Amino acid sequence: MKTFNIMIVGVGGQGTLLASRLLGNVLLEEGYDVKVSEVHGMSQRGGSVVTYVGYGDDVCSPVIELGEADIILAFEELEAARWLPYLRKGGKLIVNSQQIAPMPVITGAAFYPADILTQIRDLGIDMVATDALSLAQEAGSSKATNVVLIGVLSNLMEFDEEVWLKAIDQCVPPKFVEMNRKAFDLGRRTSC
Amino acid sequence: MKQKKLMLGNEAVARGLYEVGCTVVSSYPGTPSTEITEYASKYDEIYCEWAPNEKVACETAIGASIGGARSFCAMKHVGLNVAADPLFTASYTGVNAGMVIGVADDPGMHSSQNEQDSRHYAIAAKVPMIEPADSAECRDFTKFSYELSEQFDTPVILRLCTRISHSQSVVPLQERAVVPLKDYKKDVSKYVMMPAMARGRHVVVEQRTQALKEFAETTALNRVEMGNTEIGIIASGSCYQYAREVMGENASYLKLGLLNPLPEKLIRDFASKVKKLYVIEELDDIIETHCRKIGVEVIGKALFPVIGEFSQRLVAEKLGLTPADTVSFPGSIPNRPPVMCAGCPHRGVFSVLSKLKLMVSGDIGCYTLGASAPLSAIDTTVCMGASISGLHGFNKARGNASAKNSVAVIGDSTFIHSGVTGLINIAYNQGISTVIILDNSITGMTGHQQNPTTGYTIKGDPTAAISLEKLCDAVGIHRVRVVDPYNMKQVEEAVKEEIAVDEPSVIIARRPCALLKYVKHKKPFTIDTDKCRGCKACLKIGCPGISIQNGKAAVDPTLCVGCGLCQDMCRFDAICSQGEEK
Ligand SMILES: Cc1ncc(C[n+]2csc(CCOP(=O)(O)OP(=O)(O)O)c2C)c(N)n1
Repeated sequence: MKTFNIMIVGVGGQGTLLASRLLGNVLLEEGYDVKVSEVHGMSQRGGSVVTYVGYGDDVCSPVIELGEADIILAFEELEAARWLPYLRKGGKLIVNSQQIAPMPVITGAAFYPADILTQIRDLGIDMVATDALSLAQEAGSSKATNVVLIGVLSNLMEFDEEVWLKAIDQCVPPKFVEMNRKAFDLGRRTSC
Repeated sequence: MKQKKLMLGNEAVARGLYEVGCTVVSSYPGTPSTEITEYASKYDEIYCEWAPNEKVACETAIGASIGGARSFCAMKHVGLNVAADPLFTASYTGVNAGMVIGVADDPGMHSSQNEQDSRHYAIAAKVPMIEPADSAECRDFTKFSYELSEQFDTPVILRLCTRISHSQSVVPLQERAVVPLKDYKKDVSKYVMMPAMARGRHVVVEQRTQALKEFAETTALNRVEMGNTEIGIIASGSCYQYAREVMGENASYLKLGLLNPLPEKLIRDFASKVKKLYVIEELDDIIETHCRKIGVEVIGKALFPVIGEFSQRLVAEKLGLTPADTVSFPGSIPNRPPVMCAGCPHRGVFSVLSKLKLMVSGDIGCYTLGASAPLSAIDTTVCMGASISGLHGFNKARGNASAKNSVAVIGDSTFIHSGVTGLINIAYNQGISTVIILDNSITGMTGHQQNPTTGYTIKGDPTAAISLEKLCDAVGIHRVRVVDPYNMKQVEEAVKEEIAVDEPSVIIARRPCALLKYVKHKKPFTIDTDKCRGCKACLKIGCPGISIQNGKAAVDPTLCVGCGLCQDMCRFDAICSQGEEK
């Protein structure tokens, strides 16, 4: 099987690392060769962050390049716009319809673009937008936004629900498992 | 044991340490190397510690090796600058039990102040260097490093880079070998490096290098993979992965796992089997230069950059392939640089320094972000510790008036790493500079490691904590005061007073990092939109949790921890506290 590429993009602090760990564990369980590439350190402090997840029979490069992502899972609208060139032709974009102003916008040095989602849709991109933050709050905490989005993503992949739930059990501290399972479920019930 | 696990390269190195029977690890954190030691500390069989800096870590590992235990130390590329002194002479003494130094380079500078290539150190110190290309190799090569170290009586450098350290891939687990402590025998000709003995050891080092060169020709660390012979590629680590991703079976590869010394015959043989030969290496032209030196013509830096990180796209473009099509967002996209977190205790100090328009000699840590807009309150950043010694030099050059208009800022971990020696220099050489220690009770930048000021070990056990106040006093600084960085008025008064006096002084701005689990937060603040005039004064503190929406201030409740700094900026009482604890 040719390598299938998923990118998870967002703002440092939004929990993209946990999302990619969950996904990685599911893929390993399904028997694939997997590479997950993360960036730690400086850029995690509220900066633009990206994780690459590649899986297939034999994955070489740990990174995904422009025009190579089959799916981009964006935790924030501006980040969806920023990383859009990484989507391959015919690829799918999942966006959390949340807006987080970056510092240049806060200081007035730049503007947050208007109508990002409409502009992306107008490019003919296959896109799903979800308000994952509200769903996470419904599940019990805004911190579970990442797991809601994993729930949305799970609809595009043909793995059993059980495998996802097992990965949640493995990756999340025991006292938060229940809440995250609920968050996953709310995401999974979002239509793609 | 048939278990397989998805592991970060760093976690796999730690697994290798466990399996190979390493029992002593001493490191100083530094992205992207930090998690090796964090993961290693989870194995009860390995004694692990955070050392105050890389030199101490490396010397501890050398001592442990002489003492008969397989030992390890990890650091980032610039950490090896700090540890270079022990490294160069440990090359002469050699080891008793195996010793390995893990060094992680950061091409592309994701989290670093420079892009140096640590391969130069292996060449200069005349020690072998090994580089893995995925997590499974991280584990295997770590284990192999100990055999190499013991067989050739030398420290070995395990070189990693961001993409290997911070990528997860599949590792089949193996059992741990129990390696008994070796005997220690006093041997002054080997372990006491004074001139008479060192002369003898240098001869041994040169003989060892010859032996290693022969070893390089046949070791399984270097691997030839023949495919199409029109194109041959010599590469190691992540570059090998990029090349394979692009060319697959359409090229032949010489994958180098041993970076020092490099083979000669193996390269010549490989070169003779392919038509066009490329060397794909990030950073400097070390493999390429070696090829030229042995008379093998290659295409290297004429095509591939010396600067930055590579990727499969870059490799494809340089090899003349057409990369994939892309679609771009039509509008302009504002940058999202990293920022100090909401509630960061450093923010209050920088807000004051920015207001007072002082020259600020900066250092490395989360607080380096004080250099960014809107605080823009740092003038210089060179390397860990340089804030204090650099300010001393600046003020010696420009005179006492300059000292009354400048301060140094340095974090608690960085102060212990190499700031205290600069402070000693100020006290000893009659400087009058003012130093602010930003004590957030943790090593923040690298992801919350304990350090000698925090009172806890790497395993979380309570231990002696350095008193910064007493330490500063002991080195001869008699004006030492503690302020709360959430209290900007208090900070401002302290700074004004301390820069004014004709004496050196230290201000300790003390409050724990807002991300620490034990720190209690207040409920997110709210805006009284009737009172808010939209004057934007609150934006001057540069907090990601407050912005202007529809002409009025707006607090992001997912970020705000109620630190109250924005409230202090507001002249209209429009920012409202909602009480304790979320
Ligand atoms: C020689 C060297 N070693 C390690 C690092 C990585 N590093 C950068 S800052 C830092 C420590 C930061 O801790 P601290 O001084 O307490 O400041 P904080 O980030 O908590 O504000 C480390 C380990 C480095 N840049 N240089």
